Amino acid sequence: MPSSRFVVTVIGLDRVGIVAGITRVMAEHSVNIADIRQTIMDDLFTMIMLAEVKSENFDLALFQQAMTAIGEELGVQVIVQHEDIFRFMHRI
Amino acid sequence: MVLHPNEILETIKMVTNENLDIRTVTMGINLLGCSHPDIDTLNRNIYDRIMRCADKLVSTTKDVQNLYGIPIINQRISVTPIAIVAESCGADDLVSVAETLDRAARDTGIDFIGGFSALVQKGMTPGDLKLINSIPQALAITKKVCSSVNVATTKAGINMDAVALMGRVIKEAAELTRDSGGLGCAKLVVFANAPEDNPFMAGAFHGVGEPDCVINVGVSGPGVVNSAVRALENPSLGDISECIKKTAFKITRMGEMVGKEVARRLNAQFGVLDLSLAPTPAVGDSVAAILEAMGLESCGTHGTTAALALLNDAVKKGGAMASSSVGGLSGAFIPVSEDEGMIKAVQRGSLTLDKLEAMTCVCSVGLDMIAVPGDTSASTISAIIADEMAIGMINKKTTAVRIIPAPGMEVGDMVEFGGLLGSAPIMPVHPFSSETFIARGGRIPAPIQSLTN
Repeated sequence: MPSSRFVVTVIGLDRVGIVAGITRVMAEHSVNIADIRQTIMDDLFTMIMLAEVKSENFDLALFQQAMTAIGEELGVQVIVQHEDIFRFMHRI
Repeated sequence: MVLHPNEILETIKMVTNENLDIRTVTMGINLLGCSHPDIDTLNRNIYDRIMRCADKLVSTTKDVQNLYGIPIINQRISVTPIAIVAESCGADDLVSVAETLDRAARDTGIDFIGGFSALVQKGMTPGDLKLINSIPQALAITKKVCSSVNVATTKAGINMDAVALMGRVIKEAAELTRDSGGLGCAKLVVFANAPEDNPFMAGAFHGVGEPDCVINVGVSGPGVVNSAVRALENPSLGDISECIKKTAFKITRMGEMVGKEVARRLNAQFGVLDLSLAPTPAVGDSVAAILEAMGLESCGTHGTTAALALLNDAVKKGGAMASSSVGGLSGAFIPVSEDEGMIKAVQRGSLTLDKLEAMTCVCSVGLDMIAVPGDTSASTISAIIADEMAIGMINKKTTAVRIIPAPGMEVGDMVEFGGLLGSAPIMPVHPFSSETFIARGGRIPAPIQSLTN
C-alpha cells in the first residue's frame, strides 16, 4: 500500500455520542486521527477525519465492518476510503 | 495538498446518490498460444490459461473496491477471438469451446466472458465460418459467454455475405432461447470497426494487437452527469458542455486510479480506461434523462441527435484531459432495454428505430439492446445491420447492432431479461422487404478517403 491514510466520513442526524462511539472503535483498531473536521451539510451532521494507520498487519475489511456496525448502532452512515481517491479524482 | 471537505462530500454524493461506479474491470487474455488441432487439447489449454491469469481477478477487484470505497459492479474476461485460436482445430463445430469459456468464467467467479468472436470484414476463413455457425447453440447452452462478429471496417468495406449470415444466426439464436425472450441475442453483437480494447460486453474481445494480459476498465456515471446538468440554473448549451466536461474529468480520474491499482496487484499491464456513459435500469442512471435535462420533452424528439452529439463530445473532451489511456468505446451508450428513460421514450412513441439509427451517427456504439417483433425476417435484420455498418464504415467510427427478435412477441409487448440487461419494449420495423438486396451478397467496397463532405 503506497500510503496508509484513510478518510473516514460520518454523515447522519446529530445526536449525543457519535464522536465518542466512532473514535472508540478507531482506537480499538489502533487507527490514529491525524485531522478532524465537522461541518453541517443540508442540516446533516457531517464529520470528516483523516485517519492514519501505522500497523503493518492492518485489516482494512475488518476495520470497515466494525465502522459500519458502530455507524448502524448510532444511526449514521460511516464510510472509510483510502485518501488517494480524493487526491486523484478532483485535481491534476 | 490539503483535502477539501467539499470534494470529499462530492465524491460520496456521486457514489451514494448518483450511481457512480466502475462498471467493469475486464482482464484481456491472449489465447494464441492455446491453439491445437485436437479440440480436447485446445479446450484444456484454454481453460488452464484463463484460470492461471484470472484466478485472483475477483478477489483483487473486491479488495480495491474496499480500499477506495467505489463500487466495482462487474468483473469480466475478454479473450483472443476464438475463430483465430481455433482455426487450426479439426473439429466440425466450436460449441465445446464456448462451454469451456463458460466453465472458466464460472470457476473464476466473473460475470461475463467475451471473445467467442470472429473478424470477417473482408472475407471468411473456414475457422470463421465454423465459429459463426456455432454461435446460436453456444449462446443457448452457456450462461456467461458473449459473442461478437466484426463484419465491416472503413478500410475493408462491408462483407454482405457475413451480414446476410448474421441475420440468420440472430434469428436462430433467438429461437434457441425462446423460453427466455431470445436472451441469446442479448449476448451477441455485430460490429463495424470493432475496437480491440473494449471492456464492455457483449462486444469485448482481446485484439491481436494487445499485450499478453491486460486490465481494461470501464467507468460509468450517467446519473452523475444527469444531476450535474440538472443542478445548473438556466444554462446555455455551452455551459452544459462545460459542466459535462468537468464531470467526465472527475469520473475518469477515479477510474484510472482504480484500474492501475487492480493491474498492479494482478501483475498485468494497465490497458485503457473506457469512459462511457453506460446506463443501467436504475432510476436516474439514464442517458435519455441527460438529453431531457438539456430541454427536450422526450428523448427521440427533434433535437435529440444534436443533444447527444454535444453530450458525447463533452464526455470525450473531459476524459481526454484526465487520462492518456482513454480508449475502448468511450462516449455515450444508448441501449434501449438498459435505460429507463429510453424505455419510457419508446413507450411514449417519441423514440423509433429510425431515430435511434440517426443518433448512432454521433454516439459511441449503435443499435443496442433493441427488441423487435419475433416474426421479423432474417433479411430485415440483416438489412438493419447493413444500414448500421454503413454508418460506421463511412463515418470512420465504431458501430454495432445488438438486436433481439423476441420469439412470439409483437409491438406493444415487453421482453424481460433481468439484471443489467433490463427489459425492452418491442419496437416496430418497416414492413417492406429487403430480401433481394440482402440476397445479392458480395462486398460493399470501402469508401474513398478523400473528397470528404
